[in-house]
Amino acid sequence: MGLIEARGLSRTFTVYKRSGRLNRTRTEVRAVHDLDLAIEPGEMVGYIGPNGAGKSTTIKMLTGILVPTGGHLRVAGVDPSRKRRALAHRIGVVFGQRTTLWWDLPLRDSFELLQKIYRVPSDRFRTNLAEFVELLDLGDLLDTPVRQLSLGQRMRGDITAALLHDPEILYLDEPTIGLDVISKGRLREFLRTLNAERGVTLLLTTHDLQDIEALCRRVIVIDHGTKVFDGALTELHRQGGSTRTLVVDLVDEAPPISVEGATARRVEGPRQWLSFPADASAAPLVAAVAAAYDVADLSIQEPDIEDVIRELYSRS
Amino acid sequence: MAELLLTPLVRYCEIAALWVRASTTYRASFWMLTVGGFLITGVDFVGIWILFHTVHSLGGFSLREVAFLYGGTGLAIAIADLFVGRIERLGSMIRLGRLDTMMVRPVPLLIQVCADEFALRRIARVVQALVVFGWASAYVDWSPGRVAMAASMVVSGSVIFFALFIAFACLQFWTADSAEVANAFTYGGNTLTSYPLTVFPGEVVKALTFVLPLAFVNWYPSLYILGRPDPLGFPAWTQVLSPVVALAMAGIAALVWRTGVRHYRSTGS
Repeated sequence: MGLIEARGLSRTFTVYKRSGRLNRTRTEVRAVHDLDLAIEPGEMVGYIGPNGAGKSTTIKMLTGILVPTGGHLRVAGVDPSRKRRALAHRIGVVFGQRTTLWWDLPLRDSFELLQKIYRVPSDRFRTNLAEFVELLDLGDLLDTPVRQLSLGQRMRGDITAALLHDPEILYLDEPTIGLDVISKGRLREFLRTLNAERGVTLLLTTHDLQDIEALCRRVIVIDHGTKVFDGALTELHRQGGSTRTLVVDLVDEAPPISVEGATARRVEGPRQWLSFPADASAAPLVAAVAAAYDVADLSIQEPDIEDVIRELYSRS
Repeated sequence: MAELLLTPLVRYCEIAALWVRASTTYRASFWMLTVGGFLITGVDFVGIWILFHTVHSLGGFSLREVAFLYGGTGLAIAIADLFVGRIERLGSMIRLGRLDTMMVRPVPLLIQVCADEFALRRIARVVQALVVFGWASAYVDWSPGRVAMAASMVVSGSVIFFALFIAFACLQFWTADSAEVANAFTYGGNTLTSYPLTVFPGEVVKALTFVLPLAFVNWYPSLYILGRPDPLGFPAWTQVLSPVVALAMAGIAALVWRTGVRHYRSTGS
């Protein structure tokens, strides 16, 4: 049996809009519609989609915050909204946009409060805290009130807070939003370790395709509340027809470069843009270009997740 | 059954204790706020006391008796406010997404909401009410039955206010800014029951008995303790009904709370 199982999961919101002075019109908004999910223990799944696609609503149903309006849902064998408290021991949640810590308490006190709330045995708490403080480099920050932490520091604090009780599933909602490149890299590294060594199942929503590339073998794409893709990232690129772009700065102006496996899309003086399939390696292409032309500089542009999804959606 | 009641209580105390410890970091501000709170609520009763310089009785009740009524309801609302008063912030907890956070934790949601940022300085109100109540009690002709009734009055009264705080706060699940509506019924109601109900028209007393049963907080049990027949002609058994009313109110509040939580819509992101 899957760790997360949903069949026909739906959530509609009734929205009242003002029409005229006194009248209100009632509309049903389908935030999530007829969603099927099956996630096995130990998976790392990227859950992506444009803004307002229904990602957060799904996560809130999986955690028991929102009661579904339709369908069947089991997480770790229980119905989340009915067994919210039992489920709480088995899941950890990180909301990227807001903290789950207490603004006025130092990190250390927040963690102690969580130890009490989750009833984490003292020795387990100490081992876990020591490990996460070490891995996430929180040592100097333990006595700082949360409101004084930077976004990146707070995120590390939040992740520690979500893991102190050894959850089996960790939900991360936009965990790398607003972080600099180095912090993003370290966070991804940490999440990989967490999955590999502790077997924690990860479900993360993100806008950053590189998060997915670094972490997830599997991607689920949702748009307008419906699942539009579920499979490997490479397959997503193939189906979405996404391309990467090699930007070549030549020493001199030249006619459009012609090499195998890529097409020149744009030429502007000595700079040329070559597109090639996103699942192909850039290395042979770079070698081929460098062998045939005098190259001053090279860079690669990653495909934009929104474009991939738009492409995918327009085809389905 | 005992565990069902005890475990949440223990969790409440654990969370509250941590907040108390955290807040003692600002010792000076703690004492200022506590003493300030004591004085502000104290002024309240001084008003009644001054009133008695011009009149000898209020609705047929002496200063001591009014003080007993005042202390009875004051103690009940102060205890309720100390333990569940935080719930009036429910709307802002919803807006800031803090309620979402609490919902994914293994402690009953209501306990977390009420214990959140527990402030011991609210005890100032309890102390103030206790002082007035104690002063009035010194003149009561106590018997074992009356002592038992006084204990039952404080407990039942607190539970009735607990229930009101919770039930009215639940409005905030549907309309975010209804904290003031709740205040009108809780603190507003407390203002009414601070006086002998004989000063109000009969309709008010009926409303406070059958609609919003605040008369059971202090009025009916106090009539028993003060050894007075009901001035409005209600039967004597209404004087022992407070625990029943308190239980019923608690049941209603629990139902409203559960309904609110299951209809919770969270915020956009």
